[in-house]
Amino acid sequence: MNALTTMMLLPILGSLLIAVIPSDQVLRIKQAALAVTLLVAVTGVLTWFNFDSADTAFQFVQSVEWIPSFGINYAVGVDGLSLVLILMSVLLTPIVVLAGWNESEGGRWSAKVFYILILVLETMMIGVFAATDVFLFYVIFEAMLIPVYFLIGGYGSGDRAAAAVKFLLYSLFGGLLMLASIIGLYVISGANGGHTFDIAKLSEMHNYMSSTTQNLLFLGFFIAFAIKAPLWPLHTWLPGAAASGTPGTSVLLLGVLDKVGTFGMIRFCLTLFPDASRTFTPVIITLAVISIIYGAFLAIGATDIKRLIAYTSISHFGFITMGIFAMTTQGHSGSTLYMFNHGFSTAALFIVAGWMASRRGSSKIADFGGLQRVTPVMAWSFFIAGMSSLALPGLSSFVSEFLVLVGTFTRYPVAAVIATFGIVLAALYILIPVQKALHGPTTPGNENLPDLNIREKVAIAPVMAVIIALGFYPAPLLNVINPTSAHILEVQGFTDPLPSDSAGK
Amino acid sequence: MEFIAPSLNYAQLAPMLIVLAGALIGVLIEAFAPRASRFSSQLFITLFALVASLAALFQVRNQSSVDAAMGSVAFDGAGVLFQASILVIAILAIFLIADQENFTALAASVPGSDEEREAVQADLRVTEVFPLTLFAIAGMLLFPVASDLITLFVALEMLSLPLYLMAGLSRRRRLMSQEAALKYFLLGAFASAFFLLGIAYLYGYSGSITLSGIQESVVGGAGNDVFLLLGVAFISVGLLFKVGAVPFHAWSPDVYQGAPTAITGFMAAATKVAAFGAILRIFYVSFANAEWQWRPAMVIIAIITMVFGSVVAITQRDVKRMLAYSSIAHAGFLLAGVIALSKSGLEASIFYLFAYGVATVGAFGIVTLVRDSSGEVGDLNRWSGLGKRSPLLASTFALFLLAFAGIPLTSGFIGKFSIFSAAYESGSTSILIAGVLSSAIAAFFYIRVIVLMFFKDSVEDGTSVIIPSALTTITITVSAAVTLILGIYPAPLIDFIATTATFIR
Repeated sequence: MNALTTMMLLPILGSLLIAVIPSDQVLRIKQAALAVTLLVAVTGVLTWFNFDSADTAFQFVQSVEWIPSFGINYAVGVDGLSLVLILMSVLLTPIVVLAGWNESEGGRWSAKVFYILILVLETMMIGVFAATDVFLFYVIFEAMLIPVYFLIGGYGSGDRAAAAVKFLLYSLFGGLLMLASIIGLYVISGANGGHTFDIAKLSEMHNYMSSTTQNLLFLGFFIAFAIKAPLWPLHTWLPGAAASGTPGTSVLLLGVLDKVGTFGMIRFCLTLFPDASRTFTPVIITLAVISIIYGAFLAIGATDIKRLIAYTSISHFGFITMGIFAMTTQGHSGSTLYMFNHGFSTAALFIVAGWMASRRGSSKIADFGGLQRVTPVMAWSFFIAGMSSLALPGLSSFVSEFLVLVGTFTRYPVAAVIATFGIVLAALYILIPVQKALHGPTTPGNENLPDLNIREKVAIAPVMAVIIALGFYPAPLLNVINPTSAHILEVQGFTDPLPSDSAGK
Repeated sequence: MEFIAPSLNYAQLAPMLIVLAGALIGVLIEAFAPRASRFSSQLFITLFALVASLAALFQVRNQSSVDAAMGSVAFDGAGVLFQASILVIAILAIFLIADQENFTALAASVPGSDEEREAVQADLRVTEVFPLTLFAIAGMLLFPVASDLITLFVALEMLSLPLYLMAGLSRRRRLMSQEAALKYFLLGAFASAFFLLGIAYLYGYSGSITLSGIQESVVGGAGNDVFLLLGVAFISVGLLFKVGAVPFHAWSPDVYQGAPTAITGFMAAATKVAAFGAILRIFYVSFANAEWQWRPAMVIIAIITMVFGSVVAITQRDVKRMLAYSSIAHAGFLLAGVIALSKSGLEASIFYLFAYGVATVGAFGIVTLVRDSSGEVGDLNRWSGLGKRSPLLASTFALFLLAFAGIPLTSGFIGKFSIFSAAYESGSTSILIAGVLSSAIAAFFYIRVIVLMFFKDSVEDGTSVIIPSALTTITITVSAAVTLILGIYPAPLIDFIATTATFIR
């Protein structure tokens, strides 16, 4: 059976299994969820090893007719880009389950519903990256909003219902714009060789569009992805949603779901509308730079630790978007690697912040202080995660941020120079909370906070390992990413600027 | 003068004749059967007639002829599909109507009178609703297959008159119910007058009352175009009134709210199928070649209807009024299928009508279950916390709302996608954009209800969910299953519609 389909089926079967376990056997439910997600992760790693990185075509391809009269197929396949993101998703899910072992308590509904939602979401996370049929992608893109909506609204904290609704309405609005563009593509494909949603065939349709049509269709897709990613000024839903969700939900939201936005920019915006992408590049690069700086400033001013992490993500997504639209191979490889690394560094930050908040009963930075002395392991974990977020050399994010900046500089030096200030600001927004929360005298009320227990250590250890290992040796990922990045740019006729301009003088 | 005996194709007319026969038997039962046995025998006869009619329709599903009844009835694939949809929806609705809790004990009694009290004490039942429903269904079956304007008018009246009565049968808030019935009747009579006027103009234009005769005149172009325009305009008023398109929608919120909920569900779903069936036939068969005369106006009406329905629905506080405005918005979406004026537009409309009709019956079925001591609870604020008290019911209602909103993996999404793509394919970009934007607006109020049910705490005011009767359970279950199945795997139905749906002239 197809590896990708298997990976998508396993969580669904797992959710059915959980559905038959009685609701009061909470431990059994949690164990089942963990076992299933671990199994999926193992399948994901095996798929990774079976992937031929030299081959730039889609691999593990499967295509089954779904709605033939509309030319819709269930079609899946992966290239380097989607494989990296799928691997990230399936590795993060068991970590989220283990780290947030008690998250489902205090929700509106039972633990059973929580884990069913998580598993259904996992299926969709794999599917959204694996889909090679635009219609299938859209269906999953929209449908995955529903479990997230219930996860935030049902199990979150604070003003969770409002945050969930804002998230859903924003996303639906973007999704409907994308639907209009998809219908446009569908109709154009019907007039030029028959209705299809196959991404390979659709990527030739730009030859049959006027530039106005192409620009409009591009915008439909791009706005949807910019909301998802989120790019300034469409980011306003994110802080609320990330702060209200459980830490695990927020990890999946920021770490995986938002990546669908940047993934979509590469897979759909660039591939389907190369000319329009070129037209809009200056605008998008500008927005990305604004996101980098603006997100950083918001993070510096944040008083709530979860919001702070959300704001840093806005800044990081600015980097990723900038790298994508720089249209250089280095920028692209950097962005793809950045997506992977951001998933893990944000996961680490959110998970540890979640533990801190649940121990202290508050997520205000001011309520912490001196944690280094009371809870050394937790403090060190937060510190390393923070260092990864500010792209300290030796940790994974450094490699990707460097690649993005180098890739951007060769084509847009001004943007790259301004974006570099984002790194300086990153030092501020990470070091300020580190100083306030971890160092200094122990704030009253924090003296007896317990340090991480075995389960929590087991959960955070693999994340730390990935962050450090990829910081020193990113080659395994880059070997998979590089050919794909080069291939995507080459197919659509983007070339790297020649370095000889400066070298010759 | 020689008298020509009419030649009738009884096999093709059988579906309608069976329903009419059932209605007549029902009248006889009312007259002669003892009171105690009326309910069960009426229910049996009604269901039997509907199922037999569906079976008769199945027998002749592949036939088509213009001579089913001397040129007055066009029996073709599209007609079969409309009739089948109406029958399926009717069977589902009958199960709701069978729950007599909704109906007044004695329709003829004055509200608040001693007579009414006695009737309630004697536990009388309005079994006459069954033959009335059958008469309405017979009219609905005839409406979309009528191929001359006189037959069309007869069918229109045949379906309308019973509905006027049925709208006034509510058990509680009887004055409101009777007001709704009167309003419906007066406005409906007005619309019928317009319709007749349109017939007169079209006869004056073409010298013919058959749809094909009018079409020949349109193609020939010999007639007076002013008459054609007036005829199209007036006939459209009559038809658009029935589907509740803006600006002919004023009756629908009041009637939806005032009528017994089971009747509202039946009316909202089945009338729409019948009326859109007739609209599609008239415009596709007779006026297709005069598209430049009516299409711009129809585009404007469709856009206004979508936007108005979606925007006004936001402010509604009553669930039935909200569904009324939502059905106005859906009428706008369905007009996109008329405007498309293509085979794919026809197919999309049929799919949409069926999917929407089934979901509507199911949704109103759920509305009948939420009650307090004085009857159904329409106030949405009192629906809050329903997800906690009866998760299954709330989830099912959420499913229907998501289908109305057009979220993927529900039937509503496939319908929306196919109808918008058909409209865009025929060049109506404005319809596509307006449709997508009003869908985004509409999503807001559907989601608001979901928020109320799941994320708000319940108010202790006696609102409770009654245990549904077996028949109501069947309706809701089947509707939910169809909504879900058509969302996940619609290919068989779409293919069937594609091979069947044609209009003959």
